[in-house]
Amino acid sequence: MGVDNPLGENIITTSLDKLVNWSRKSSIWPMTFGLACCAIEMMATGASHNDLDRFGIIFRASPRQSDCIIIAGTVTKKMLPVIKTVYEQMPEPKWVVAMGACACSGGVFDTYSVVQGIDEALPVDVYIPGCPPRPEALLFGLLKLQEKIWNDKNSFGSAIGLGTRIDGATA
Amino acid sequence: MAENNRAVIKLKEKFASSIIDVVEFRGEVTVTVKKDSILDVLLFLKQSLQYNLLTDVTAVDYLGKKEERFMMVYQLYSIPNKDRLRIKTPVTEADCTVPSATQVWGTANWLEREVFDLFGIIFDKHPDLRRILMTDDWVGHPLRKDYPLQGPDREPYKGRLS
Repeated sequence: MGVDNPLGENIITTSLDKLVNWSRKSSIWPMTFGLACCAIEMMATGASHNDLDRFGIIFRASPRQSDCIIIAGTVTKKMLPVIKTVYEQMPEPKWVVAMGACACSGGVFDTYSVVQGIDEALPVDVYIPGCPPRPEALLFGLLKLQEKIWNDKNSFGSAIGLGTRIDGATA
Repeated sequence: MAENNRAVIKLKEKFASSIIDVVEFRGEVTVTVKKDSILDVLLFLKQSLQYNLLTDVTAVDYLGKKEERFMMVYQLYSIPNKDRLRIKTPVTEADCTVPSATQVWGTANWLEREVFDLFGIIFDKHPDLRRILMTDDWVGHPLRKDYPLQGPDREPYKGRLS
């Protein structure tokens, strides 16, 4: 009797970076934040038909619990300070997805009151074109974000204060 | 016809010298009055003719098209009589001030703030004349015809370069 081989074949070896990256990419919690019609499409993506939950993407109602913000819609100059505040309240590491033509470039709103792309204020990780993008497009963008997070270097080291995280896209 | 409109009859009796124009187009009656008497006209319409709802206050910029640059527009509705009336008054750029209608209708407060914000028309005796749509530190009045669409600090889009 006795237990000879308690773990059996169930041992996986990996690097700490990969472990951290895996857990981060599998639990992207976006901020519940919609600005315009893109937000409707974002809600549709989160709902049962497309079901963002299966990727571990669960919308959070507080920036302090979020690590991703989807800029879903037109950013006006009046709204920009609000978005900046929300972004600054999010803990590191954090990612920004520019969803739709307006968030990417201002879209059709080439006017005095509209910010010509959220990248004027926030560091954007994924741009999703479309007006608005279909749920499939948003899903594809979020999968690209997962890919990017997966390729991060030194994510464990930076978490315990050794060096900085090297961004997946530039690594 | 506009001449048979109950408000036009009364206004012609009482403010004959102030009325510039009376127009009816597709059942909509518009009375243009001089700026000096606008407040008296509005007060009369509210108190004596039961135009108790101010639906909208707005303005038009006729830059380069008319001598008096701006035209104030008041859209009135009488709930008991179920009829509408539009009152207009020309405003010059040199004297860009209109007496505030807030003392007649409380609704005028925010509507006039919007006109002030976007056209730069000053409302005399307005209780709280601040910007309402644009940010507080905004420079200029965006709905003026001489305000560039892209804003003053940006080049207009010139089409695709390729």
